[in-house]
Amino acid sequence: MVSESAPGVTASSLQIRERSAVLRWLDYARSFARHKPLGAFGAVVLVLLVLMAVFAEFVAPFGSLETNQSIALEGPSFTHIAGTDQFGRDVFSRIVFGARTSLYVGVSVTLAAMLPALALGIVSAYFGGWVDYLLQRLVDTIQSVPYLILLIAIMVILGPSLLNVILALSFRRAIVESRIMRGATLSILNETYIDAAHAIGARDLRIMARHVLPNIMPTVIVIASIGFGGVILAEASLSFLGYGVPPPTPSWGGMLASDGRAYMFAAPWMLIAPTIALGVVVFGVNMFGDALRDVLDPRLRGST
Amino acid sequence: MTKYIIRRVIGLVPAILLLLLLVVVMIEMIPGDIIDIMLEEKLGNDPESRIVLEHELGLDKPLPIRYINYVGGVLKGDFGNSLWTGTSVGSLIVGRAWATIEIGIISILVGSTIGVAIGAISALRQDSFLDYALRSTAILGISVPSFAIATGVVVFPALWWGVSPSLRYVGITEDPVAHLKIVILPALVLAIGLAATLMRLTRTTMLEVLRQDYIRTAHAKGLGQFPVILKHALKNALIPVVTLLGLQIAFLIGGSVIIESVFAIPGVGRLLISAIGNRDYPVVQGVVVIIGLFVMFTNLVIDVSYAWLDPRIRYS
Repeated sequence: MVSESAPGVTASSLQIRERSAVLRWLDYARSFARHKPLGAFGAVVLVLLVLMAVFAEFVAPFGSLETNQSIALEGPSFTHIAGTDQFGRDVFSRIVFGARTSLYVGVSVTLAAMLPALALGIVSAYFGGWVDYLLQRLVDTIQSVPYLILLIAIMVILGPSLLNVILALSFRRAIVESRIMRGATLSILNETYIDAAHAIGARDLRIMARHVLPNIMPTVIVIASIGFGGVILAEASLSFLGYGVPPPTPSWGGMLASDGRAYMFAAPWMLIAPTIALGVVVFGVNMFGDALRDVLDPRLRGST
Repeated sequence: MTKYIIRRVIGLVPAILLLLLLVVVMIEMIPGDIIDIMLEEKLGNDPESRIVLEHELGLDKPLPIRYINYVGGVLKGDFGNSLWTGTSVGSLIVGRAWATIEIGIISILVGSTIGVAIGAISALRQDSFLDYALRSTAILGISVPSFAIATGVVVFPALWWGVSPSLRYVGITEDPVAHLKIVILPALVLAIGLAATLMRLTRTTMLEVLRQDYIRTAHAKGLGQFPVILKHALKNALIPVVTLLGLQIAFLIGGSVIIESVFAIPGVGRLLISAIGNRDYPVVQGVVVIIGLFVMFTNLVIDVSYAWLDPRIRYS
């Protein structure tokens, strides 16, 4: 840390401020990588996942739906590095396109859950009293239903589709996150600047938006990044039970479940590829989320 | 303390009423008239049997009445009957509960022992190679989905050594040894995720406790390494771990839905999945309510014991 008040370092601190924003971010990244090597590994995995999903057409050697019965259920080879499935589709290519599904679900759910979670958590903590009591009992109730059972129930009501998977996961995620947002807001409400805002006559909405929200942002970012891996796993679990993204859209959970398990003895490679993909990505995301938490909001250690 | 317990128990009442409301409304929201599906598959579609069936299921009454009836039934321990077999939902769940509870208990015992032990070791050797290795393994343990591990456990021994675990369930009364052989594998698979989660928390809280003054004092007065670690450090570090264990129980039950499907264990999880598939709604409702109640009471017990261990909680 460069302190401005200390004599002799003023020049260097000015220099740092003059450097472009890009360079400053590079500095952050370098220091992050030095202190949190595992977190940096996670960040690299995330970047690779995004690149793979965005450029799936160029990365995948075959189309995700390209069938060829004459090469069905073939083991790994030079042309099909992860083997082929029962329709002769290239497993590696389906993994690459499946990254799109996982990423799409992960990002949409994380973003869609954030707003209701914030609203619910901040309102509950800010108003307290019976509002808080009722909202928290609702959260208790929904949390008492194991997440997979809740998700399946919602999927049965909504019917199978990619959008509904996102809706179901977002609902569950928003409820879980709202608890943490409530806790974060409660600790902010004790600060003097909240009293000051009340004293100058600021309205409730203004205090919540201008004073509470910016100050719980680190918690929001950390919780979102830690939850991201869980969302990907939950989508896979839903697909595994047959309530997830409907075929033929490639999804890692679906590849493991219906197809992979039907041919698990004849073609075990159909299981290995999605397992590795899921494991590596969620591992990376968790490592990155952990490191981010240590840097941005160490109080949250052990809360998830 | 008594006041705290009373307050917590009263707090359960609205949560339970809400759970029952959710479960009744859920059936209302499922698309496609249940009656239509049932008539088609079961009785033949004539108006008379429609009226009889609607009455039998209580669907001819408005929603508030159905809710009150359902709450009344649950209070008397009556969860209704299966639509297909007519068996009472209560006895169906009781028949399936044992396998699930047994797997749950084994995985909690194994998972928490391993998790706490590894977490403590990792904290004592902070930032060593061993610490990094154990932590990475733990994160890997929560990154690979349990159904992937479960499937791997079934497939690969069979491919490599020609050994495959038996997927034909044997009751504990029929053959205890064969029974244990069947439930141990799913229990161990579930224990992996639990151990990994607990390991991470134990390590964090242990590191915090090890920095406290009373640990230094204990060392200073000449206590050996082991008494300090076990009696002073670990005991205090375990309080938040116990809370997390309580929260993990809901997670374990969710996981058992998947594990029971993979290993063909006739537990509550599989009962639920097949009931959803058969659109046997009273069974679905009953299982969700029973599991919800179980989770709520576990959390109550954990909260109360936590408040007993740490008096500060009672007054917040």
